[in-house]
Amino acid sequence: MTLMWIPLLPLLGALVPILTASLGRTACAWATAALPALALILTLSLIPQIEGSSSILAQLDWIPALNLSISFRFDGLALLFAILILGIGLLVILYARYYLSAQDSLPRLYAYLMLFMTAMLGIVLSGNLLQLWVFWEFTSISSFLLISYWWHNSEARRGARMALTVTGAGGLALLAGILLLGKIVGSYELDAVLASGDLIRSHAWYPVTLVLVLLGVFTKSAQFPFHFWLPHAMAAPTPVSAYLHSATMVKAGLFLMARLYPALAGTDLWFVLVSLTGLTTLLVGAYFALFKHDLKGLLAYSTVSHLGLITLLFGLGTKLGAVAAVFHIINHATFKASLFMAAGIIDHECGSRDMRRINGLWKYMPYTAVLAMVAALAMAGVPLLNGFLSKEMFFAETLQQHFLGSLSWIIPVLATLAGVFSVAYSIRFIHDVFFNGEPINLPKTPHEPPRYMKVPVEILVGLCLLVGIFPSLVVGPLLALASSAVLGGDLPEYSLAIWHGINTPLIMSLVAMSGGLLVYFNRRYIYAFQKQFPEFDANEAFERAVRRLVAAAGWLMERLDKVSLQRYLLMMLLMWVVLVASSMLDLVKLTGNRPQLPVDGVSLAVALLLCCGALATVIYNRHRVLALLTLSVVGLAVSLVFARFSAPDLALTQLVVEVVTLILLMLALFFLPQRTPRESRPGRILRDLSLAVVIGGLMGSICYAMMTRSFSTISDFFLLNSKTGGGGDNVVNVILVDFRGFDTLGEITVLGIAALGIYNLLAGLRLFMPSGDADGRQWARDRHPLILATISQSVLPLALLVSVFIFLRGHNMPGGGFIAGLVTAVALILQYVAQGVDWMKERLQLVYPRVIACGVLLSTLTGAASWLFGRPFLTSWFDHFHLPLVGDFELASAMTFDLGVYLTVVGSTLLILANLGQMTTSERPVTKEQD
Amino acid sequence: MEALYAACVGVLTASGVFLLLRGRTFPVVVGLTLLSYGVNLFLFASGRLSVGGAAVLGTSSDHSDPLPQALVLTAIVIGFAMTAFVVILAMRARGDLGNDHVDGRVPVIDADSEERT
Repeated sequence: MTLMWIPLLPLLGALVPILTASLGRTACAWATAALPALALILTLSLIPQIEGSSSILAQLDWIPALNLSISFRFDGLALLFAILILGIGLLVILYARYYLSAQDSLPRLYAYLMLFMTAMLGIVLSGNLLQLWVFWEFTSISSFLLISYWWHNSEARRGARMALTVTGAGGLALLAGILLLGKIVGSYELDAVLASGDLIRSHAWYPVTLVLVLLGVFTKSAQFPFHFWLPHAMAAPTPVSAYLHSATMVKAGLFLMARLYPALAGTDLWFVLVSLTGLTTLLVGAYFALFKHDLKGLLAYSTVSHLGLITLLFGLGTKLGAVAAVFHIINHATFKASLFMAAGIIDHECGSRDMRRINGLWKYMPYTAVLAMVAALAMAGVPLLNGFLSKEMFFAETLQQHFLGSLSWIIPVLATLAGVFSVAYSIRFIHDVFFNGEPINLPKTPHEPPRYMKVPVEILVGLCLLVGIFPSLVVGPLLALASSAVLGGDLPEYSLAIWHGINTPLIMSLVAMSGGLLVYFNRRYIYAFQKQFPEFDANEAFERAVRRLVAAAGWLMERLDKVSLQRYLLMMLLMWVVLVASSMLDLVKLTGNRPQLPVDGVSLAVALLLCCGALATVIYNRHRVLALLTLSVVGLAVSLVFARFSAPDLALTQLVVEVVTLILLMLALFFLPQRTPRESRPGRILRDLSLAVVIGGLMGSICYAMMTRSFSTISDFFLLNSKTGGGGDNVVNVILVDFRGFDTLGEITVLGIAALGIYNLLAGLRLFMPSGDADGRQWARDRHPLILATISQSVLPLALLVSVFIFLRGHNMPGGGFIAGLVTAVALILQYVAQGVDWMKERLQLVYPRVIACGVLLSTLTGAASWLFGRPFLTSWFDHFHLPLVGDFELASAMTFDLGVYLTVVGSTLLILANLGQMTTSERPVTKEQD
Repeated sequence: MEALYAACVGVLTASGVFLLLRGRTFPVVVGLTLLSYGVNLFLFASGRLSVGGAAVLGTSSDHSDPLPQALVLTAIVIGFAMTAFVVILAMRARGDLGNDHVDGRVPVIDADSEERT
């Protein structure tokens, strides 16, 4: 479990700088450093537990059903990276304390840095590829925050956006690669994946998987042609550059290559992709670094070049190559981080990073100059410094490969050429900055930085020297652990010595150094040559590409999407036709074997009424009132159909709903145009008609095919248990309130929500109230006709009585809460129509939203009451009682449930209609913010 | 009888779909109502047609299938709620946008053809 705390501590640490911000900068820095320091101690304390390529695992179940767990894995490679991340992180915290000016927020930078540290530790410690990917994306996001730290600077914003786009896109490719890996292996656990190298390499998906994973790696590690984001990320504060863009984040890609080395490496495809990309990056980076006048730009391209070198080493696929790669990861992190910090000091003290203006600093800051020069010499690969050792190993490895057959000599030659440029730009860093005349036009007079700003650089440069002079003593054990983790325990023979005698690699080193000197001092010829090419601005090109992409997407969307609901609907219906018709084609015979019912005269008449009504609605659809009347004919015919086919409950419901719907649509029509303009062209009418006929035909055919076939139903269960289990004879009602009571509870909730939604839609609605119909006729002045008022008043008690009757008998005879509720609602609506809203308001003080709430609550409580008896939710209870005079009667818990249904239906219907009706009066409901 | 029933479902669906494809809100609401009639009848038919079946227990041994009925009953009520919501939404859209076209704006091409007719 110690393992889990290593990434967790920096995550908690993200809060520390925010909480300690008021204590002053130094206290804030120390407090922030505390948790990562603890994490580093924990990391080091785990060393005795690993040996060779063994690993320790810490797992927490997350979603066991999906085989997902939170899994952390610790081995030599993770150890190496954790030390780099935490160690350099601590130095960066110290350095940033002095680097940031007083107006920049230190806690914000620290919080971002801590988040980034967590993400990096998550990557290197993850025992699961999916989890690794999540942290991978998290580094992209936290690095976006860090690069855009100076968000008021447009360069920083653009650089951050570019880095996020490139690494984010690569991250998506990586996810696809990881998913494929998981499919091939059958597990996302790292141990399983690393153990199935042969399976993966022989799989048909191997090339795709490899390319996808490498896309993620190359974008993250700034490999050619994705290298362009790294120099632009230099808009970040220098501590960030030192941390992210030299020591850690750009190494995440290399880490992943090392991590998956046993699973993916060792094929020709791996060699071609990885080593050629690495070689190209190495050369491109080294060449362009020479031309950068910006100190950080030079370092950025140099980083690109060194990342290419490490990639090339991994690509060679030899064991010694992997060892050299791991070694160079360590060395590069130390000398490059110190160089960035030195560049930051120079920037801080001079106010500029332009090497054409910064000259002769030796006189002003000799101590810093010494440190920077040692680090730069390590970068150049000068003996007695760590860069020399890994570069020797690199040169030796380029000689050991034979992949290009007789042309294999090209690789060492190109490697030496890159070495030449690397030496040249290192010399430029030293000579241009610290010597070469006097500073030109600097905003500040340079001097040595604060004491503690130099400490991180001193430590790193000291490490460069120590590793360079006593390699096997200082770094040997760590290198062995990390390398054997990469290679799966199979560590080759190698010796970390400064002197191997005079051999080819040494000669290559000497050639590189003398060549580098030669190139640097004749650089004006190369500069003149390079000047002939137009300057390529990656930022501009990238922005242009993004703009083009957006424009292309817009163009495509315009073609695909006319932002028209009619079109969407058309597409959906067409898809429906295609899907349904294709499966109907598989049906050999439309008519099934089930015996059919004979047609009788009444049914035929009702069917004719229904069809005529539907067609009339279509034909007269532009005369809206007329269409509404024919629509209600259809509704009545439908209710007759239900009655005919033994469904009295449905017939009743349909009948009452029809009444309510008609009132609703009539009211709505008052506010909408009475006529529909003729705006569809004939072609469009024809198209819609044909589509409608096709869909109608399909629906009819399916319906016919279904009805003429026998079926098995689960209804027998309901029929058998309705009386004994639910205590009711009306099976439909028992299903509603008992067997499927939970569904009904959902239904009435939806009903209530719809009513409340309507209530809010109406609030604050301003609509023009027409004084007459479409033909200019005035509405009737007599708003509440006397006859209607009189009759409706005498009907009301009767109607209420009927609804009570329907409600009470619902359990055993057709009826129930739904129908009773609708009948009550219609009776009350009739009063509204006859007497007006004001009249009703005086007499009926019901707050309908409350009625709805009571209804839903009552039903829910009825259901919950069964918990009191230790039964599951909505278990019903019933019994028979005897009272004098009344006689035998039944009480059932389902009745209170049904009462809830009743209340909800009454409340919802009245809330909708009464409020809509109120719109026609002066008393419109209003919302507060509208007035 | 089954063929007649199926024909009714087909006519209701076709009418509903045609109106659903109109450009103004009110015909769409009417089309939706017609379509839901058709769908309700369709769902109801999944219990197969029976004439004179017993609706409640104890009156006859021949029962109509209660399950589709229970489904359709709630579907009718919810259908009403949906119709109400859509039509009020249409009113609101007209109030806020100034027209009753489903897209919230009257298309230019269609306006031309209106002039032509």
